[in-house]
Amino acid sequence: MTNSFHIVVCASTVPDPLQTLEPVTGPAGPTLKNEMMLPAVLDPWAACALYEAAALAAKHTGSKVWLVSLGPKAKLQQVMMTVAQKVPFELVAIDGPLGGFTDAHSTAAALAETIAAIPGLDCGKLLLFGGWESASRGAGVTMQVVGERLGIADQFQGVDQINVKEDGSFEILERVEGGKHQVSECAGAPAVLGWATGNLAEPPNRPQVGMANMRGVMPAIQKAKSVKLDANGLSYASVALPKQQRETRVVRDMPEDEIAREIVAWIAE
Amino acid sequence: MSEVNPEIPLEAERQEMAVDIACVGFGPAMGGFLTTLTREMTSDGAALESKAVPGMPLQVLCYERADDIAAGVSGVVTAAKAIRASFPELASAEIPMMAPVKLEKVLYLLDPIGASRRSMTLRAGDAAIRTFRGMLPVKDDALELPYTPAFLQKHNGLVMSIGQFNQWVGGELMASGVAQVWPGTPVSTALFEGNSVVGVRLSDQGVDRAGNPEAGYMAGMDVRAALTVVGDGPVGAVGQSIDRKLGMPDGHARHEWAVGMKMVVELPEDTPLEAGTVWHTFGFPEPEIFGFLYVYPDRLASVGIFVPSWLGNPGRSSYRYLQHFLQHPYLWRYLNGSTLRSWGAKSLQESGANGEPFLAGDGYARIGEGSGSTNMLTGSGVDEAWATGVQLGEAVAEMLRAGKEFTRENIEATYVRRRRESFVEQGAQVAKEARNGFHTGVVSGLIGMALAGLTNGKFSVGAKIRPAHQQIEPLKEFYSQRLSAEQLEKATRDAAAGGRTLHDALMDACGWPEIVYDGKLLVSHQDALLMGGKVQAAGGFADHVRFRDAKLCAACAERTCIAMCSGQAITQGDEAVPAFDREKCVHCGACLWNCKQSPDGKNSNIEFKAGAGGLHSAEN
Repeated sequence: MTNSFHIVVCASTVPDPLQTLEPVTGPAGPTLKNEMMLPAVLDPWAACALYEAAALAAKHTGSKVWLVSLGPKAKLQQVMMTVAQKVPFELVAIDGPLGGFTDAHSTAAALAETIAAIPGLDCGKLLLFGGWESASRGAGVTMQVVGERLGIADQFQGVDQINVKEDGSFEILERVEGGKHQVSECAGAPAVLGWATGNLAEPPNRPQVGMANMRGVMPAIQKAKSVKLDANGLSYASVALPKQQRETRVVRDMPEDEIAREIVAWIAE
Repeated sequence: MSEVNPEIPLEAERQEMAVDIACVGFGPAMGGFLTTLTREMTSDGAALESKAVPGMPLQVLCYERADDIAAGVSGVVTAAKAIRASFPELASAEIPMMAPVKLEKVLYLLDPIGASRRSMTLRAGDAAIRTFRGMLPVKDDALELPYTPAFLQKHNGLVMSIGQFNQWVGGELMASGVAQVWPGTPVSTALFEGNSVVGVRLSDQGVDRAGNPEAGYMAGMDVRAALTVVGDGPVGAVGQSIDRKLGMPDGHARHEWAVGMKMVVELPEDTPLEAGTVWHTFGFPEPEIFGFLYVYPDRLASVGIFVPSWLGNPGRSSYRYLQHFLQHPYLWRYLNGSTLRSWGAKSLQESGANGEPFLAGDGYARIGEGSGSTNMLTGSGVDEAWATGVQLGEAVAEMLRAGKEFTRENIEATYVRRRRESFVEQGAQVAKEARNGFHTGVVSGLIGMALAGLTNGKFSVGAKIRPAHQQIEPLKEFYSQRLSAEQLEKATRDAAAGGRTLHDALMDACGWPEIVYDGKLLVSHQDALLMGGKVQAAGGFADHVRFRDAKLCAACAERTCIAMCSGQAITQGDEAVPAFDREKCVHCGACLWNCKQSPDGKNSNIEFKAGAGGLHSAEN
């Protein structure tokens, strides 16, 4: 295949979802308690986009992947320790606040401005990838606004698959209701793809990939442009985590049928 | 053609990479090593060029098994002398969960339940304490010792979370840009050429539980290095591979172990406990079990116990004991109303200098706990580990500048010499025999500790120390005085049928009350995994816990591996061997030494290999 793409993946850091998260009110509005001390991971939805981007680039000679990530430098650095071993990319770092409660329009503006300034980026080959959701707080509009600001009209959300054809057009499978996919045809780049989970397993750690990525990662973090994200009048009435229901009981020698009946009754509630 | 470990099949597709220094395990020791070396590299880069990649700076890589460098480690009370020498401004470095030690107390905990296995001597002592409690500092079934022995004191020290400290140190290292730390990357073994270590082999990925290739198979890479720095702790796979190949120095063995299990809890809002409060306890839930409570800033506290190998009880169970410990009246008045935030466990190598391996060989050096640096008299390991890392960092810089090869002689003349001249060695010699007495009894153990501590190691109590698997007493013999044959048989039968676990049934039968869960701090073991441990294991790696001889497992009456599995990852199962669930394993390594069976009279019947995943909590 001769079609090559410039794939830009927008992916920020989020606290490792396995941590104990506790929303609190800080001077600038809602935040997570001790968020800076929690280990961070690449937003899992965006991580799927990154793996899909790398797989697509590997199939199309001449393609290149940029990872544009906005977050505190320390967190970006921490996340790169794990992500950089996965797939090849060039990091474009933006030094900004933790992303859970920022205004999506301000975030999108910072991302779009940074992407537009990437040296050598050919907008005619641009596929803008990201997650259609976030493990931190899904505003649900960030990728769309980035695309709008970059003048990209073809946008797809909840993407699970892209099939590139010989003529450079592609077929995209977007999630719709009932576990089905909507199949769309797109004439070609540029396009925005907000990824769901995709179909790829998390790539194994590849030490050579890590070594190669790291040559660019640390300089990228060191020269990361610092941005302030305006609230634009955004305020939160309240912030809460989804309620956990934990009603542990220890019951011995309970017949399997009875256990099954109880589970069914619980689900039906 | 290089000679590699015979246990590893040669595979054509296995890739290879050359670096200058390959490091294994990112803990305090490796933090000390890399901090020191990277400072040397940035202060005098021209002298520290890479030989592996000419024209580039020294290529230094560190592989860590855990998914994050903040994960899978513990908190600590430390004198922090060596750490402060590296970071004079440490206290103001804004590391979360750090506080100066303010108030230290040693508590002898009486048994308020009557289920604890106490000797006649101890019972007489307890009775005397209770009789004269009006004249003694006894409160809530605990005797507050009038002073903290000097060897236990951590005055001017720090309480801190190693997870947070590691995160901070790792950040500083990565920011330097001259060393790379890669979490989520287990290392299966050292690579050998003859008796020289020439690098490490990463674990295979894309394999089934038995290690057979599956879809996405990727043979673990061989990372060849002039120097391999081994800091993978007491149960690390690389350290074990070197011990298997090269053996241990004469008279050295790792027979003494303990599991440290603890919770990080959020204390009630009205807690009177101040950050920096440190309590050391002994006497309960069993006399052999030491415990602790130390308080971080923001109403967080670490509370936990050490269950040692010399507690010969085959039904010992860290989690159950921990729950009884939390509820001891002296602690419960502060812990009641607390919330579990984090939980974890690890094996501690308690042989100290007696378990020291060959610290140096051609192409390798060993640092940290796995190198026998922990001082079991003072209960201090982190600062010693850090110091060994610093000593190696200085030694490596010295050798590189002098153009010396990393031979055994050169490493001994630089690193080992520094270590022998340092407080690490002096402390290790004082502590060497300090705990021997515990192998004959708790009272003799305490006398031995006091003797060694007060005489600077000149005197101690002697004892013959058996391998860990022999320290576990046979089930029937151990319980013969406490349970009837019918009770024992019923507990065993129930466990075999997959009902109540054997250790729970045994503890119940011995009079330990059932734990009444409050859903906040007192929670089931499985809930602790979910609420406090956050255990996870990436797919595509082989099981790292293996049972060597199924026949020995089938005939095993004790099954201490199940009782002492910190994450309930080892369970009864339907087969002859216990079942192992990799996704629950917290990598504490307790199974390695909590197995009564031995196929060779030397090692236990359980192999603990390199594995990915484990705890994710960073509040530790």
